[in-house]
Amino acid sequence: MSALLSVSDAHIAYGKVEAVRSVSLEVGDNEIVTIIGANGAGKTTLLNAIMGILQLKGRVVFAGEDIVRLEIEDRVAAGLSLVPEHRELFATMSVEDNLQLGAFRIARAVAARSFERVYALFPRLKERRRQLAGTLSGGEQQMLAMGRALMGAPKLLMLDEPSLGLAPIIVADIFRTIGELRAAGVSVLLVEQNAQAALQIADRAYVMELGEFILDGSAKDIAANARVAASYLGFTHEGESAV
Amino acid sequence: MRERLPIILFALVMAAIPFIPGMPPFWIVLLDNIGLSALVAMGLVLLTGVGGLTSFGQAAFCGFGAYTTAVLTTAYGLSPWLTLPLSLLVSGGAAVLLGLVTVRLSGHYLPLGTIAWGLGLFYLFSKLEFLGRNDGISAIPPLSIGSFKMIDPGSIYFAIWAAVLLSALLTMNLLDSRTGRAIRALRRGHIAAEAFGVQTPRAKLLVFIYAAVLAGLSGWLYAHFQRAANPTPFGAQAGIEYLFVAVVGGAGYVWGGVLGAAIVVILKEILQSYLPYIFGGQAQLETIVFGILLVGLLQLAPTGVWPWLTARLRLKPARRRPDTTLALAARPRAAATSAVLLQIDHARKQFGGVIAVNNVSFDVQAREIVALIGPNGAGKSTTFNLITGVLTKSGGTISVLGRKIDNAPPQQVTKLGIARTFQHVKLVPDMTVLENVAIGAHLRGHSGALASMFRLDRADEARLLAEAARQIERVGLGDQIDALAGSLSLGQQRIVEIARALCVDPMLLLLDEPAAGLRHMEKQRLATLLRGLRDGGMSVLLVEHDMGFVMDLADRIVVLDFGTKIAEGTPEAIKTNPDVIKAYLGAVA
Amino acid sequence: MLFLVQDGITNGAIYALLGLALVLVFAVTRVILIPQGEFVTYGALTYASLSSGQMPGTARLAVAMGIVAFGLDLFAARKSLHLKLVGRAFAVNIVLPTAILALTAWLAGRHPPIAVCIALSLLIVASIGLFLYRIAFQPLAHTSVLVLLIASVGCHLALQGFGLVFFGAEGQRGPTIADTAFTLGPLRFTGQSIAVYGITVAFIIGLWLFFGLTLYGKALRATAVNRLGARLVGIRTTLSGQIAFLLASVIGAISGILIVPITTLYYDTGFLIGLKGFIAAIIGGLVSYPLTAVAALVVGTVEAFSSFYASNFKEVIVFTLILPVLVLRSLAAPAVEEEKD
Repeated sequence: MSALLSVSDAHIAYGKVEAVRSVSLEVGDNEIVTIIGANGAGKTTLLNAIMGILQLKGRVVFAGEDIVRLEIEDRVAAGLSLVPEHRELFATMSVEDNLQLGAFRIARAVAARSFERVYALFPRLKERRRQLAGTLSGGEQQMLAMGRALMGAPKLLMLDEPSLGLAPIIVADIFRTIGELRAAGVSVLLVEQNAQAALQIADRAYVMELGEFILDGSAKDIAANARVAASYLGFTHEGESAV
Repeated sequence: MRERLPIILFALVMAAIPFIPGMPPFWIVLLDNIGLSALVAMGLVLLTGVGGLTSFGQAAFCGFGAYTTAVLTTAYGLSPWLTLPLSLLVSGGAAVLLGLVTVRLSGHYLPLGTIAWGLGLFYLFSKLEFLGRNDGISAIPPLSIGSFKMIDPGSIYFAIWAAVLLSALLTMNLLDSRTGRAIRALRRGHIAAEAFGVQTPRAKLLVFIYAAVLAGLSGWLYAHFQRAANPTPFGAQAGIEYLFVAVVGGAGYVWGGVLGAAIVVILKEILQSYLPYIFGGQAQLETIVFGILLVGLLQLAPTGVWPWLTARLRLKPARRRPDTTLALAARPRAAATSAVLLQIDHARKQFGGVIAVNNVSFDVQAREIVALIGPNGAGKSTTFNLITGVLTKSGGTISVLGRKIDNAPPQQVTKLGIARTFQHVKLVPDMTVLENVAIGAHLRGHSGALASMFRLDRADEARLLAEAARQIERVGLGDQIDALAGSLSLGQQRIVEIARALCVDPMLLLLDEPAAGLRHMEKQRLATLLRGLRDGGMSVLLVEHDMGFVMDLADRIVVLDFGTKIAEGTPEAIKTNPDVIKAYLGAVA
Repeated sequence: MLFLVQDGITNGAIYALLGLALVLVFAVTRVILIPQGEFVTYGALTYASLSSGQMPGTARLAVAMGIVAFGLDLFAARKSLHLKLVGRAFAVNIVLPTAILALTAWLAGRHPPIAVCIALSLLIVASIGLFLYRIAFQPLAHTSVLVLLIASVGCHLALQGFGLVFFGAEGQRGPTIADTAFTLGPLRFTGQSIAVYGITVAFIIGLWLFFGLTLYGKALRATAVNRLGARLVGIRTTLSGQIAFLLASVIGAISGILIVPITTLYYDTGFLIGLKGFIAAIIGGLVSYPLTAVAALVVGTVEAFSSFYASNFKEVIVFTLILPVLVLRSLAAPAVEEEKD
């Protein structure tokens, strides 16, 4: 079994407080995996630690290489990419500059192809390529953050709450695009509070509660699980028809 | 008395040193220098380590102290004892002027500003005719008591170290008080402190003056120790060195200042006497080593030697339990004229082109729990900040008990009985839970800085701590009362914030995501607590994402989306409101 | 009257260069670069020594710092050492400064032409700047602005001390870059002052092009705008820091080389010159390049006038100039909460 990303027995602590305890997870090639759970469950912490922003105790093997000691930049070079919760765009630079920098570690010729691919995926970005990133709407900023991450031609794209604070109609758009990424050969690890939307596009899912995985399985099984339905989908059942 | 024992011992040892037979006089001179440096460093500890205001300019305040006494004793023949208050007054006065300009500066502007005026004052000292220009003033009379003149280093030693010990005592007293807690809260930003009535600019100015007066005292002693004053020891280099002393010792600790002074003075002495032997008679080599050591130290032990030492010694500060039978007078209340506590009428907030809160209106009645929900970025926290005066609104009105509060500052809002918690916890992590919570009762105490320095605040202080302890018990954290706030889990820290808010004796509690990070049981306990508060007559306005928690607890819910209110009603009505379902589409966890 | 303005603009141009470098370094690394003044001194006095046929001690300092940097590189990478990495570290930290030292030693006695002296001085100071970042600031990259500032002061002390060791307490002057001079109305323009204007303008345009058009320039800006964002696209903070320090040291050295023919420079003069660039940078809020450049001209002019009318209080006036500026700044943006210091 050689998963693209395999995290085993990960512990992450803020000072003395352990935010993530003994978590193991795998993402295979061409797979969309989601981690769902309540606010404060430790999902963002886990993603940040996989990216190298936070210290992690345990093993993280990516594309056959143990990356746990690598710096963020080297993980990027290895083909791992994170679109963080706060997007972290270069607000005072143009959309095009943001995208160009996304390809910082990539050869120039490859970068040109990346531009085409990203503009095809997000035509809106092409229209606004001269505009400063900070002046974009929330949805466009999310697109730019994803586009910038894709410019580096990652093997695995990690998305942290891509729907956060966005209008429902844009959320649908974003999720459709995530689905399209699989066809482009990119694996996705998606962290979402919007459990319903995440479970619809994911192949597999993990449910996180208070820093631990309490459930995992195919997205279908998880969606059908009574406990998950009660805790995470409960209130939205009435809204299902509107999706 | 027990906690004072180490200090008394230290004082006795210091008093005994000059009487040790065969004590080389040179060592006494060294100790004198350590004492002088420790005084300035102690001020910096309070200013930089505790208050978070970095100053490279303290040497200039020594200069004010030294030159004041130099001029007055030589040109006007005043007694040195008469010039002591004047020296302190001049350095303090200079600090007021410079402080009014500088302490309002944020972040790195402050240290840069201090470098600039530090240099400017140095040049001023060295150019002014009546200060003797570069040559300075000499033949300053020694300190004397009756016919006893403190001419040799061994006699002024007592004056210097008495000053050090007295200052240390006063400084520690100050830190362990109502004003001290306000000062210690400064470093973590001003918003939390101001939310509980602390006038942060005034608190900053206070520490600035305090540090300057200590430096002035050191300067005064220096002038009578050297019997001369010239600009060099008050220049930028010296200012940098004092900061170094504080950082080496441990900028957050009063005794760190003394320890740092000892380390640096002795180190300099060693460097000056031995380096020339190693490298041949090259000048200024000690500056090089000094600079390199400073950088190295920052890389290896950024918090200084004192905390490293106390961690090794495992010194556990003895803490006394507050006597919870003492009652604290209630917050003065306006007679309630209306049942509507809080009325928000077409409130607007615009950041540049973005409208964060768009004509939002709702109210909070007495004995009511109202929840504010909506997706991230919907304007919930901004609304909180408008109510509490952290942000000024772009339009609309907010009234409390029927009286408009038009952009009242946070300190004013909390006086009206509105207390809050923060979405991103704002506690002082290296203060205990008790001390953090006591900040909430800031406005219900009265003792000022001087009173606390001389321990005249104890009755007031005991009542404040008793109230804090009661509120900690009330929220169920009695076991953690002496723990450092930073060592608690995030969920518990949120509860500590609630206890702190309760210390205001509020009529309305504003809670920003109080249940985030709490476990199931803890959430239930929190809900019980909040219901109890409501039944006791308090109102609660809360922002929360946990729908189960909100639906179960709130009497009324206001839903915001994109800065606009899209619905308001009972939990039942909100659950079935089509607009809410649409805006919230699956966004509930 | 007019000649004072001219004097002020010449000084101001130098302060502008230094101010720009300070803004650049601060934006990218959060380091308030107090030792910028030492770059000025080192550049000027290295150039002066070389052109008078002496061997500057700075070349040896570069080798010594290189060795320390090499040691730090090896230590930092001790868990994942491989040959390529060691080789690269060796080339940058050991081979480069040694080669410069050898070249300097070979040229020192031969009275090389001015252009060679300038180039060599720049090389020496640039490598010192690079190693300074590696040794002092890279290990502190995660700490607060305050810690970086104190470290910066420590570097200033050490480098100034070295300056005294290398160049002695005597002041030095260097040969002018251009000897021509012409008169225009009441004003006399020396070739040197023209060189000051020309090089300042060229540098400003060069920096503007670098930041606006090149990938590395954009990467530097990106680091300044959003450090985490930059790391997430694979821009190494250390790389950005190195480029920033390299640019700052070159700018400092150029400034020194430009003024050493005009004024006598001592081992500690650079500090004062740097601080005036600093005042300009602070007026520019440590973020705005154009505002910094304008402020630098104001500082230069105020200095020229006060040295004419109140020469005793020249420094007092220049350094108190900052206070009203700080007041205005604090009135304009008083309530910015820093989440972490």
